[in-house]
Amino acid sequence: MRNADILRFARDATTAYPLRTSLSVLAMAIGVAAVVVLTALGDGARRYVIEQFSSLGSNLVIVLPGRSATGGFSPANAITTTPRDLTVDDAAALSRLPLVRRGRAAGRRHVRDQCQWPAARNTGRRHGLDLPRNSQLQDGARAFLPEADWNRGSPVAVIGAKIQEEIFAGRPAVGELIRLGDRRLRIVGVLKSTGQGLGMNTDEVVFVPVAIAQGMFNSNTLFRVLIEAKSRDQIEQVKRDAAAVLKERHGGEEDITVITQDAVLATFDRLLRALTAAVAGIAAISLAVAGILVMNVMLVAVTQRTGEIGLLKALGARGSTIRNAFMAEAAMLSLVGALTGYGLGLFGAFVLRQAYPVFPAYPPNWAVVAALVTSLSTGLLFGIMPARRAAQLDPVQALMKH
Amino acid sequence: MTVIELAGIERVFHLGDSEVHALTRLDVDINAGDYVAIMGPSGSGKSTLLNLLGLLDRPDAGSYRLEGRDVTTLSPDEQAAVRSRRIGFVFQSFHLVPRLTAAENIALPMMLAGIPVVERTQRVVQALKDFGLDQRADHRPDQLSGGQRQRVAIARATIMQPAVLLADEPTGNLDRATGDDVINLLEGLNQRGMTLIIVTHDPKIGLRARRQLMMEDGLLKSDSARPSAVVAST
Repeated sequence: MRNADILRFARDATTAYPLRTSLSVLAMAIGVAAVVVLTALGDGARRYVIEQFSSLGSNLVIVLPGRSATGGFSPANAITTTPRDLTVDDAAALSRLPLVRRGRAAGRRHVRDQCQWPAARNTGRRHGLDLPRNSQLQDGARAFLPEADWNRGSPVAVIGAKIQEEIFAGRPAVGELIRLGDRRLRIVGVLKSTGQGLGMNTDEVVFVPVAIAQGMFNSNTLFRVLIEAKSRDQIEQVKRDAAAVLKERHGGEEDITVITQDAVLATFDRLLRALTAAVAGIAAISLAVAGILVMNVMLVAVTQRTGEIGLLKALGARGSTIRNAFMAEAAMLSLVGALTGYGLGLFGAFVLRQAYPVFPAYPPNWAVVAALVTSLSTGLLFGIMPARRAAQLDPVQALMKH
Repeated sequence: MTVIELAGIERVFHLGDSEVHALTRLDVDINAGDYVAIMGPSGSGKSTLLNLLGLLDRPDAGSYRLEGRDVTTLSPDEQAAVRSRRIGFVFQSFHLVPRLTAAENIALPMMLAGIPVVERTQRVVQALKDFGLDQRADHRPDQLSGGQRQRVAIARATIMQPAVLLADEPTGNLDRATGDDVINLLEGLNQRGMTLIIVTHDPKIGLRARRQLMMEDGLLKSDSARPSAVVAST
């Protein structure tokens, strides 16, 4: 029997029993769709986190106050229980390191109660000329906060788009004065609306020079210092230098934590990849179930068509021909189910992306390939037994069952 | 020329502890172009004999030569090839594949034999014309009358131009008039040289054959071609 004929014969056989065909196709489709959607979710979460973290900048070294206790117990930790704060002077010292392109001191605080308008939830204190990544100033704005002595901030502010809307109701805000606590600040820039940010929405933020903020909140501690290495190769060196400089400034104690952006990224990446793989594994169980259903359907088909199998043998079909015909049928059920499920899964991921535009829910290629291959191979694997049973039927017995 | 030579054929079925001798010491020769009726009551072994002749079953002892070739020792695949090319089956219940049209049912043996589509189409068109089914080519079995179904089945059985046509109660599911049509059709094929073997318990049909084999309890009780020889062996 020619291959084209085997395929046509199997196709006719599947379409002749629409209910059982559609049920097994549906089972396979749900399995594949589950893998595609769930891995899209998992990988979307990974991409989302990585993207947000990358938006802080590139080649970053992050200095946080406090010692991370990863080295187990040490006498030094036991004596100095309270770490020294990270100060503006520390940040300035860090930015003078030879391999550092620029440093950025950052603090933030919820100021909702102290402010005169409801939308200002956070204030960020930044120093330096650079904007937050992915942010842009609106037209009419001059520049981000001016570079000046870190200890003497000029009374200026950059505000988020939502704050501009709520206070100025669409009128130009640059050059106006706003009152923040007991200070009057001149607005030098308005950020374009982005709505994104890791743990902070730049639409609802007021950026003020670090000295102003420290005066307002009566505090001289920094939330973190971000320093940017001049190149990727120098990250490790900058990390060591930063730790050494601060150790010297803090009286010989390592009471800060220095991490690199790459290390954090890699950790998140690993974690979320493992999560995605685990979710894919769970979803793959449904593929195995679907494979068993295909086997069930094929066993029913063999029983239902016993007479037909006997006839085919009487007409000169070899055992292998009958086996191939039934295998082709199982493969067709799996293939159509897998493709339908792939389509469903892509549609599901599309719906997710529509519902949550910031969430890049695309299924990873490996998961799609794995889902399709697994569904096809389970379909074929579970098709072997029914097909062999069909091929081994005794023609005389089979013909009697009509 | 002898097309079928059976020598010392035995077929034993095991039902629990008891042995049932479906066929015992069977020696039959059938000439090419002959018209043979195998008759006998139910359980006499006539269907078992037909299955053996059609290579659907194997004897426990004895030899079966088809067109001079010993076919009992062939592998299952070789037997399938012999069934495909040299043997045609007609069944009591037609055994048409319900989802295929008349034309597709007729083409089925050629499809199994791997004959190219173009040749298949030509031969099916010819067969539909020969059997008066031109108007029914695209009908499925459930849209055909009993007589038409059996004609499709006969067209299918003869499409590979087999040496032997085996018919198992071909009129069993048909009314008298339609049954006569079918028998006339089969006899027409026989007149054109095809060896025809019909299993029936209807004496009227059996007596139309040139030669009658009477079976009883697995034994050949009488053979109209060799009256004395068979009686001597029993």
